[in-house]
Amino acid sequence: MQSRLPILIFALLMAAIPHLPGMPPFWIVLLDNIGLAALVAMGLVLLTGVGGLTSFGQAAFVGFGAYTTAVLSTSYGLSPWLTLPLSLLVSGSLAVLLGLVTVRLSGHYLPLGTLAWGLGLFYLFSKLEFLGRNDGISAIPPLSIGAFKMLSPGSIYYAIWVAVILSALLTMNLLDSRTGRAIRALRRGHVAAEAFGVHTPRAKLLVFIHAAVLAGLSGWLYAHLQRAVNPTPFGAQAGIEYLFIAVVGGAGYVWGGVLGAAIVVVLKEVLQSYLPLLLPGSGQVETIVFGIMLVALLQLAPGGVWPWLMSFLPERTSGKKPDTSLKLEQRTRSPAQSGVLLQVEKARKQFGGVIAVNNVSFDVQAREIVALIGPNGAGKSTTFNLITGVLSATSGSISVLGKKVDRAPPQEIVKLGISRTFQHVKLVPDMTVLENVAIGAHLRGHSGPISSMLRLDRADEAKLLAEAARQIERVGLAEQMHQLAGSLSLGQQRIVEIARALCVDPMLLLLDEPAAGLRHMEKQRLAALLRELRDGGMSVLLVEHDMGFVMNLADRIVVLDFGTKIAEGTPATIKTNPEVIKAYLGVAA
Amino acid sequence: MNTTIMLFLVQDGITNGAIYALLGLALVLVFAVTRVILIPQGEFVTYGALTYASLAAGQMPGTAKLALALGIGAFVFDLFVARKALHGRLIVRSLVTNVVLPAIVLALTIYFAAQKPPVAVCIALSLVIVAMIGLYLYRIAFQPLAHTSVLVLLIASVGVHLALQGLGLLFFGAEGQRGPAVLSGAFTAGALRFTGQSITVYAITIAFIVGLWLFFGLTLYGKALRATAVNRLGARLAGIRTTLSGQIAFLLASVIGALSGIMIVPITTLYYDSGFLIGLKGFVAAIIGGLVSYPLTAVAALVVGIVEAFSSFYASNYKEVIVFMLLIPVLLLRSLAAPAVEEEKD
Repeated sequence: MQSRLPILIFALLMAAIPHLPGMPPFWIVLLDNIGLAALVAMGLVLLTGVGGLTSFGQAAFVGFGAYTTAVLSTSYGLSPWLTLPLSLLVSGSLAVLLGLVTVRLSGHYLPLGTLAWGLGLFYLFSKLEFLGRNDGISAIPPLSIGAFKMLSPGSIYYAIWVAVILSALLTMNLLDSRTGRAIRALRRGHVAAEAFGVHTPRAKLLVFIHAAVLAGLSGWLYAHLQRAVNPTPFGAQAGIEYLFIAVVGGAGYVWGGVLGAAIVVVLKEVLQSYLPLLLPGSGQVETIVFGIMLVALLQLAPGGVWPWLMSFLPERTSGKKPDTSLKLEQRTRSPAQSGVLLQVEKARKQFGGVIAVNNVSFDVQAREIVALIGPNGAGKSTTFNLITGVLSATSGSISVLGKKVDRAPPQEIVKLGISRTFQHVKLVPDMTVLENVAIGAHLRGHSGPISSMLRLDRADEAKLLAEAARQIERVGLAEQMHQLAGSLSLGQQRIVEIARALCVDPMLLLLDEPAAGLRHMEKQRLAALLRELRDGGMSVLLVEHDMGFVMNLADRIVVLDFGTKIAEGTPATIKTNPEVIKAYLGVAA
Repeated sequence: MNTTIMLFLVQDGITNGAIYALLGLALVLVFAVTRVILIPQGEFVTYGALTYASLAAGQMPGTAKLALALGIGAFVFDLFVARKALHGRLIVRSLVTNVVLPAIVLALTIYFAAQKPPVAVCIALSLVIVAMIGLYLYRIAFQPLAHTSVLVLLIASVGVHLALQGLGLLFFGAEGQRGPAVLSGAFTAGALRFTGQSITVYAITIAFIVGLWLFFGLTLYGKALRATAVNRLGARLAGIRTTLSGQIAFLLASVIGALSGIMIVPITTLYYDSGFLIGLKGFVAAIIGGLVSYPLTAVAALVVGIVEAFSSFYASNYKEVIVFMLLIPVLLLRSLAAPAVEEEKD
């Protein structure tokens, strides 16, 4: 994704700072605080900016990390290094508990829910006897290596910034992987991701845990920096402030979290030390100015400071083309594949009193292109959603290769080799075409989050990207491979969706209005591609309004009107069918 | 436990719950129309309460000056936005609503503050001052961000909360204040004693719920607000000025907040930073109501108030823990019942 050189330079720079002559010790304290805040903000970048899950409760996870080590290293005399994994474990496992409850809620429930439990946990910290109530716990031992004790802010500085830089690297590795693409797809809704086998609740829980563990790490470091903990820094205000750091820095960018932490910590410090000199008098003048500056900053740069800074750098559009000689395992197909692939029998879908699909039956044979046509509102897209498991049928049955799949979720349907595109394009606009298409191959990769973070997934990843690149070339978008999907024309985005669906290695391709928005030549190229796929052994079921396109392409046509099948047959018979003409033109011809 | 204690706790809970219900309603209203999660709602409460208490004590509240300052800010914003097409009527209208009005109110406040005004005047002035603050805040802080994501609006809302809370300390000091009862007198029914104040709280809450219901159901502005809540773009295309909807929502929210504050300040001492927690309990109710349902929010608020009353009696240390943790089982139920809704953000 990004070259490692700037990070190396940054790391060397940070290592050199304490050795600069005349560096005031106070600056080192500030840098320590920036590092601690950056760790939490980085988790929020992944959670909120990338995953779209807003949390106000991160301060509570910092608290879990800090209190775990505080209790264990004072009351039980454990070495701080031993408490590190335990701190992370406590924050991580509590994240599982809270996450199971909250991540399934999206939209505005989630931030408010996290705010509420963040507050509840804060009061719990301040009331529990063994956590020292409001006074907290003091005399926490410092971190030490052998006889070297990290007592000063200058010595723990290295521990903090090693943690920050390592966490940033691991987080960036995670984002640039199979799991990362699934996470980045979350913010755009779950239907598209699930259609390619992503288990979205699990992906959400994963980012939630990741963010909580980073917060726990920050808490552990905090406890050994201050060598005392009390509930105040883990309250709702702190939780709000972390989120604010992430948004100011640029909520979608790992380094935005670090930059945001620097901006906010320094700004607060400057305001606290200089404002009282300028405006003597009572009151928290700095809070007022801080609040006003915050609103002003958002009005000037709603996307955050990091992307605004990055826009000054020359744009890099040329990515490395994946090595397309690498091959993924293909689906095993029975060689004599003929007969019924998909059987829809009396499928019915009711939404309240509306019958969207009314006892529709049809089938798709192997090596066949079937078109589903009908006027707007005929129930074509609903039929697609029934087949792919997005909706479950009210009655009737749907079977694939003789196996009933009525109640199967989308993730199971795609495993059977049925992949689809959407009428309203569902790509992740801020991911490249290559990355978007690679989501299609999600189920054909195996690397998990841990191996992605540690870069042990490269062999698997290279094959996934190779497959994606091959499908992009096949649909004729090789030129656009490294462009952002959002920058393509709508017609091209539809073609990208086809490439993504092809990455599944499907037996049956479901295309929802693939030709809409395409120019004449592009339509012809699409038709040629679909014929080629059929001749290669794939079946295609498509919804389309362009009659010329359908009539020239389809082997068989099923016509729906008001949810009911009114005709079925070859293009020639459909063209002359009086029922169909009546449905389209309103009168019998 | 005996019945008398239980009845007392329930009564106490209902009084608190009525306030949370009002705040919850305001939060739902603002969120539905503007997508802003109104964290400064708590500041409207404290501003209303402390402005009222200061006036009643014959002191000059700083909020009146703040209203004028924000009004001037709003006027400047209006001029800046319309700089390409300035015409007289627009300037005059903006000048009157944003500068002349708060200036008159400031003058009235200075005049009355010197002579310990009657309760009714204090209430009227406090409501007008806070209402103007709410209106101008929307113009300055939120209207320019109306097109951004819920998250950005939320952070802006936090910024406004911080600034207002800091200003609250500046205006009212760190000392808590109490105000005179809105309605004095009391009567007893069985073991329970009803004060005029608690009756006022019930009456105003019910009046507001009914009023909002009528407003949204029957008036054109109410319907316009609901349309904006459902679909901003669609509402604009239908000729509804969405900025006007936002202004109405903020105006209502600030009036409701100030009124709640005026109703509690005779019962409990309020500090400049008390509003945050009070507002958050309104939030809890609003979330239970799903941020969309007014009746459910009102019922949930009563439950929050009663749970709070009981837990402060039996486990006062864990009062806040219990109230906020109440949300977890609710969220759990909601997440089990939540249908798979597709959302497209940005």
